[in-house]
Amino acid sequence: METLIHQFFNLDVMLQAWPIVWRGLILTLLLCLAVIPLGLIGGLVVALANTSRHRAVRWVTVVFVDFFRAIPPLVLLIFVKEGLPFAGIRFSPFVAVCVAFLLNNSAYYGEIFRAGIESIGTGQMEAARSTGLSSFQAMTYVILPQAARNVLPDLLSNTIEVVKLTSLASVVAFHELLYSADMARSVTYNASPIVMAAAIYLIMLLPVVRILGRLENRMST
Amino acid sequence: MSSWQRFAEAFLDWDVIVQYLPAIGSGLIVTVEIAALVVICGIVLGLVLVVLRSYRITVVNWLIIAFVDTLRSVPPLVLILLLYFGMPNIGINMGGFVVVWLVLTLVLAAFAEEIFWAGLLSVDKGQWQAARSTGLGYTQALIYVVMPQAVRMTIPPLTNRTIAITKNTALGTVIGVAEIMNEATTAVSFSGNASPLFVGALAYVMLFVPVVYLGRWIETRFAWRKN
Amino acid sequence: MLQVVDLHMAFGTLEVLKGIDLAITERELVFVIGPSGSGKSTLLRCCNRLEEPVKGQVFVDGTEITAPKVNLNKFRQRIGMVFQSFNLYPHLSALANVSLALRKVSKRSRVEAGELAMAALQRVGLVDKAHSYPNELSGGQQQRVAIARALALEPKVMLFDEPTSALDPELVGDVLNVMKDMKDAGMTMLVVSHEMRFARNAADRVVFMDQGVIVEEGTPKDMFGKAQHKRTRDFLQQVDH
Repeated sequence: METLIHQFFNLDVMLQAWPIVWRGLILTLLLCLAVIPLGLIGGLVVALANTSRHRAVRWVTVVFVDFFRAIPPLVLLIFVKEGLPFAGIRFSPFVAVCVAFLLNNSAYYGEIFRAGIESIGTGQMEAARSTGLSSFQAMTYVILPQAARNVLPDLLSNTIEVVKLTSLASVVAFHELLYSADMARSVTYNASPIVMAAAIYLIMLLPVVRILGRLENRMST
Repeated sequence: MSSWQRFAEAFLDWDVIVQYLPAIGSGLIVTVEIAALVVICGIVLGLVLVVLRSYRITVVNWLIIAFVDTLRSVPPLVLILLLYFGMPNIGINMGGFVVVWLVLTLVLAAFAEEIFWAGLLSVDKGQWQAARSTGLGYTQALIYVVMPQAVRMTIPPLTNRTIAITKNTALGTVIGVAEIMNEATTAVSFSGNASPLFVGALAYVMLFVPVVYLGRWIETRFAWRKN
Repeated sequence: MLQVVDLHMAFGTLEVLKGIDLAITERELVFVIGPSGSGKSTLLRCCNRLEEPVKGQVFVDGTEITAPKVNLNKFRQRIGMVFQSFNLYPHLSALANVSLALRKVSKRSRVEAGELAMAALQRVGLVDKAHSYPNELSGGQQQRVAIARALALEPKVMLFDEPTSALDPELVGDVLNVMKDMKDAGMTMLVVSHEMRFARNAADRVVFMDQGVIVEEGTPKDMFGKAQHKRTRDFLQQVDH
């Protein structure tokens, strides 16, 4: 028992590691601030592309979404960071993460938005078009506001996943929270910094998970 | 050199691919093994947890909720590193394969429990009353009447979540598990060519695209059940 | 005002309209009746190209709107449409529902659009509900807001697709009264409906459609009293009371 606490809940080590871990946390938050809006916009683009009149555009969209939802995010990330240099394309860790996340998130958010748009009955589009609004205007002012409201829980759920996904950036040596905590671990031979990082994730995300639960309850009634 | 040629040279070197295909093949088997074990154990554990939770014993409830909340909020990679590097220091040597399997099983169990619980709550109260009124005990009503209905409603979100979690088997590469990604990156180091990486990525796609389609098919089959 | 020439429409291999010719003059209220599947809704929806005809032409106020290069969005404002299921935007208030197209297509300022929208709501008697949301309104009120939404754009002709079929009986009268007021004010109207009493009182012409063609048309007096075709008489016997 004592060794358990010493190895995992060692307050001295945690205190020692705090400065590094704190800096890692900041970078994690910055990464989220970059990656989540990018993913949302990408997802909107994908979902709108899926409503195109041209079959080729729709087909490309479906292939894009299926491909980037099937490939594990870590695989994509490693490919972008370690594989592309062989073809002459070199990215910094931050950019590599952004690129990989943009592709992955656009596919996931895109599916969510697509389901949302499809859930709005055709009558809405018809009414809007019958008053002279263009497809784009009808989408922007009538369909999308309703769709977004309907899929808000799914959007929130996916965003929670995205925040957790940022921990993968540690694999390509981006100095975010997990990377910093792991570095502290290797220096102190003690796993407590990682426990601290886990606690930080818990503190960040648990409230959101709870809010999501309440939102889902409210929307299903 | 055109960009297509550069691409082909970097990613489609046939000799390198042939040389390392067996390695990636064995990695594929490991990936499938972990994934299959995670799916079975995770869902079973999730079912057990939800049945326990339905008895509404306060302490048990509290433990389950704490477990579920933690595993839904902490990234799997964090838990994997924690166990892999922390456990040996207190004398427990699990090895990479077991660590990945354990963490992903617990994560899936946590999500599955939540999904099953939501499904359980959405079954009409009348079903309980009808079952109990015919003399069925609590557990019998649960197992024979309520759970079957709850499970049907949970299939779509469950398949989605299961697919997402099994993709995390790739995390094994970080702690040296000999799955696809690990074999692929090792091969890249040895050969100085990125083709194994390309093939590895392709292996994942070939593995999961059918699974995603299967999931979508399952979803549409049960879609009419959703409100 | 509204003219349909040799209109053909099909869903895949299913022919729904088999050559419709119809001319509606200004200020006329034409009532279209017929069994379900006769194509009357499709005819209406071809008039503003919500459905695309396979063959034939549609003219609104002299302009052919089925021509390839026509600015459809602009012309749709000249054609008002009221749907059976209202199709109000649930996330916008009644006033916002009515003023949206005014702001975005006619490019009016927010103030101007608001005033025009209020005027339209007044014509349907719902000024006091301007800031209510659709889910706070009864079916009849919702449909009247939908009418105001079309009216606000000052259309030359109004199309009604079974406007009262989705309403509880006691709410039907309110909507029909609004339609009667519009008729008296001189609006050109094409109405698909089962409300035979309304047809008798307000329609200038009644058109009977069956299986994609116009079987017979005439004044309400002619049609309801002494229809010439047997099909017409059979149908009217079923629905009229």
